[in-house]
Formats: sequence, structure tokens, C-alpha cells
Amino acid sequence: MSLYLLRRLIQAIGVMAVMSLIVFLGVFAIGDPVEMLISPDADQIERERAVIALGLDKPLWMQYLLFLSNALSGDLGRSFVFNEPALQLIMGRMPATLELALGATFMAIIIGLPLGLYAGLRPNGATSKAIMAVSILGFSLPTFWVGLMLIMVFAVQLGWLPSSGRGETAMLFGVPWSFLTWDGLTHLIMPATNLALFKISLVIRLTRAGVRETMLMDYVKFARAKGLSPSRVTFVHVFKNILIPVVTVVGLELGSTIAFSVVTESVFAWPGMGKLIIDSINVLDRPVIVAYLMTIVLMFITINLIVDLTYSFLDPRVRLEAKG
Amino acid sequence: MSTTALPAPVPAPPRVETPFRRFVAEFCESKIALGGLIVFTLIALAAIFAPWISPQDPYDLGVLDIMDGRLEPGSVGATGITHWLGTDDQGRDMLSGIIYGLRISLIVGAGSAIIACLVGASLGLLAAYAGGRTDAAIMRLVDLQLSFPAILAALMILAFLGKGVMNVVIALVIVEWAYYARTVRGTALVERRREYIEAAQCLALPTYRILFRHLLPNCLPPLIVVGTMQVARAIALEATLSFLGLGVPITEPSLGLLIANGYEYMLSGKYWISFYPGIALLITIVSINLVGDQLRDVLNPRLKK
Repeated sequence: MSLYLLRRLIQAIGVMAVMSLIVFLGVFAIGDPVEMLISPDADQIERERAVIALGLDKPLWMQYLLFLSNALSGDLGRSFVFNEPALQLIMGRMPATLELALGATFMAIIIGLPLGLYAGLRPNGATSKAIMAVSILGFSLPTFWVGLMLIMVFAVQLGWLPSSGRGETAMLFGVPWSFLTWDGLTHLIMPATNLALFKISLVIRLTRAGVRETMLMDYVKFARAKGLSPSRVTFVHVFKNILIPVVTVVGLELGSTIAFSVVTESVFAWPGMGKLIIDSINVLDRPVIVAYLMTIVLMFITINLIVDLTYSFLDPRVRLEAKG
Repeated sequence: MSTTALPAPVPAPPRVETPFRRFVAEFCESKIALGGLIVFTLIALAAIFAPWISPQDPYDLGVLDIMDGRLEPGSVGATGITHWLGTDDQGRDMLSGIIYGLRISLIVGAGSAIIACLVGASLGLLAAYAGGRTDAAIMRLVDLQLSFPAILAALMILAFLGKGVMNVVIALVIVEWAYYARTVRGTALVERRREYIEAAQCLALPTYRILFRHLLPNCLPPLIVVGTMQVARAIALEATLSFLGLGVPITEPSLGLLIANGYEYMLSGKYWISFYPGIALLITIVSINLVGDQLRDVLNPRLKK
């Protein structure tokens, strides 16, 4: 196990190094780094001073090493717009994004699991077919457009829910959260539903497939033959066994939920990392762009690592393969 | 030589069941998929013949009247045209805007899918055929690519490249090639052990010929399925990127940009500027997905009766 862990850790560091190189080359090699890293308002003298300070007169490989060592010490430049360290800015926005992503994941599970279970138990019923048809729609609908339609119906026409922002927040562990206040919760529900749409469809399909497969297993037949009640068979014997793959996939999807929150945050003006990056790209606030990309890459590699390790923990076959 | 007697008239030969005819028949078994194909064909035709069928040229500023701005669906504008789907803030007919927008969406979607297919399929074939280090290197790259969600990778690339139709296509190709590569490699790994490849190798045919004339045609079915689905994905992704303001420029409005354009009017109840382009986008994506779904069922040998 420890050997496997070590190998995966080295791999993760390797990927991180490759991605940092890509981001570095993207910023430094494609465009003019002076333009990208120095505020456009700077005059000639400031420019030259900055070029030397940033080490842009050095060869490319030395610049990369400098970039790396700065990045490792948490220095990814200052935002032109906010005049704050870029990394600090992103960390400040991260809780909002995480709250949105976790809210969406939570909704995907509490809506998707029961519907998938129902569709799996009665695969030929009319309701099940309707559930499956809706789940196909969930895959095809463009997220941002659904968000607009939600705003139109629930905020403009019905006036039930606020259309943008986080609302009132309450502090927990020194971080502001929306879900702790009623006002915040009303702000959270629409974006979270929007972001969850794709995930709900995914959970429905996974659960349904899992249930249909599990129902044919010998242990389910045996449990029935033993005379257990249908509800006990469903919830203890079937449900427990489909839970592992569903939870794993939902966990694996957490990363892409965070990535997709870029869209939802833009639609609902949710003040998270995603909205920050879109605004930064539009005003060419490059240090923030670089800092965002490095942060999100690190986040992804961490999530992938954790999922892989969880896999090997849950499924001993993965471990054996790594040994052999 | 005497004229020979005409041979006895042969009865009309029975309809030969070619693989293609069987494929068409099986495809048509699903009425929904057939409907999807018909709808998609209509959409594609509308996009191709946009200048002839749309009521107004949305690029021609001369025919636009600012007084027609934000008219409700079904109202008649100052120029005498009935705007069935309303007008946007510039007084542009939404129906015309959508037909022209479809054009850009389809070109970007299909174009990027085709280029990504060429790149991905070639690399996938090479990986399967060469094996060893080449295979490992290519597949590492594929794994790396697939471990990041498409939207994030596209965002990253467009943040470096900036707006533009060509840049969006480049970003979509970089995001999508890995799916094709993985699919082709999977099939090609099985196919390359077959006798016909061995025979071709014994004939000392050049590698590129074996790859593209012998191996590739046998890997086509799964490639077609993935290709169809990826066109739908590319169209959706392009719309999303354009909505975020990172995709196509304002001079070439795709459906995503039209929807973004209506965003600010949404809150004042003028729903149609965003609503109808979204419906057009939805119908396009769903019809492609329906066709793709049926193709997967028909072309999958494991499901053969």
C-alpha cells in the first residue's frame, strides 16, 4: 500500500510539474511577458525596472525555475485590478465556489438516488421511462441557458428567489457561508440546482444501472428466498452495494463540478473563483489568471489522487494490480 | 456468327442485403432516432441556405431599424417584416439571427470535431500499431488531457489565445482529440492482431498504408459514434464559451453569444432574446445525441442479435 501511495504521489508531482510548465509557457512564450505581467499603465522606467525585478532578461529556463520557486513559496504575483496578492484573492473566493459545488453534489445525491432507485426497481413503468427521458434532457441542456431560464421563471416571473449574489452569510471556522442563514440559503438554491442538473442525471443513470445489475445477483435472490421483506432487500442488500460506485463517481465528479461552476457563477453573479477568473480574463488581469490555473490544477491533482487512493482502499483488486 | 437467341428473361434479382442497407434498415428501426436525423438535416439545411431563407440579413446594418429594438414575438416592425420570434436590442430579427447563429455554431462544432478526429485517430492508430514507448507516451498525454474537464482546458487555452473563431476551434480540438485517440486505440489494439494486418505486413506495404488503408477502415464504427457525440459536445461547449465572452467575437454571433446578448434584458421580462436561441441550441444538441445514441446501438457488435 505504501509503495502504491508513493508511486501515485510521485506521479501527481510529475503532472503538477508538467502543468506548471504549460501554464508558464502559455503566459511567457505565446504572448509578450512584459505586456502580460506589468500593468499597462506603467511608464518606460517602471517597465525596465520591472523587467529586471521579474528576471525577464534572464534565459527562459532560468525564468521557469524562478517562476517555480516563487510559486512554491506562494507568490504568484499581484492582481492589477485589486492590487492584492493573486493567490490571496483566489483563496478568499474559494469558499463560495466550494459551497456551491458541495451544495450541487448534495442535491444530486438527494434527488438522483431515489429517482434512480425507483427507475431501477420498475424499469418498464411509465414513471421510470419519464425519469429516464428527463435525465437525457439533463445531459443535453446547456447549463448556462437553463440557469437563465431558472432566473426568468423563479426570479423575474414568480419573484420567489433572488437572481444573483450570495445573500447574507454567517461565519463558521472564520469563513463566510451562505447556507447558514435563510437569506443565504434562498440565494444558494437556484445556482446549486443549476449546477446539479448534469449530476442528477448522472446519478439517476448510475443508480438505475446498478440496481438492475444487483437485482440479478445470487445474494439478492437468496435474500428474497429467505423471505425477507422487499423493503429490507431493497434498502439493505441492494442499496448498500450500489452506494459504493455511485459515491465514488460523485466524488470523482466533484472536480468537474468545481470547474463547471465557472458557468453557473457567471450566470448567477455568485462571487466565487469562477466568476473571478472570467472577470480577470475579460480585463486581462494575468497574475490572477495564472494563480487561478495553478490553484485549480493543484486542486484537480489532489482530488484525482484522493479518488485513486479511495478506490484502492475500497477495491483490493486495484492494489494487487499495482503490486503485480 | 449467327445471332444467338435472347436468353430467357431472368426474374429481377432479389434485393441484396449489403452491410450498408442492413445498417440503414437497423438505424430506421428507432423512430425517435429517425426523427432526430430529419430534424438535424433540416437544421443543417437551414444553416447552409441561411442567406436565402432568413427574413432579414442580420449583418446588414442598412436594413436594421433601431426603432424595432426589443419587439415582442409576432409583432410587425417598421420595415414591414413580421418578427415571429421578436427582435433584439439592435432591432435585429431574432429568427434571422438564430439561422445565421446556427451557421457559426455548426461550422465551429463540426469543424473542430473533424480536425480533432483526424489528429486523434492518427495518434490513436499510431499508439496501437507502434506499441511500446510511443504507445505509453501518447496514452499518458491522453490520460492527462482527460483528467481535466473540457471546460477548464478550453478556458485555459482561450485565456492564452484570446477570442476568435479560429482560436475556439483550436481550443476545442485540443480538448477533444483525446477521446478519438482513446477510442481508436482500443479498437485498433484488437484489430492489429488479425490476419489481414499480418498479410499486409508480409507484403511489405509501407506503414502509413497499413495504418490508413487497412487498420483505420476497420476501426471506423466506434469512431463514427464518438464523432457524432463529440459534435454535439463541441457545439454545447462553444456556446458556453461564447456565453462567457471567451468564444467567438461579437462580429460573428453564434447561438451562445445571442443568448448572452439577451441576458441583461432577461431581468426586465424580455425573455425572447435569450429564450429562442437556447431552444434552437437545445434542439440541435438533442437531435445529434439521438442520432448518436442509435448509431451506438446499431454499430456495436456486442449488441448484434
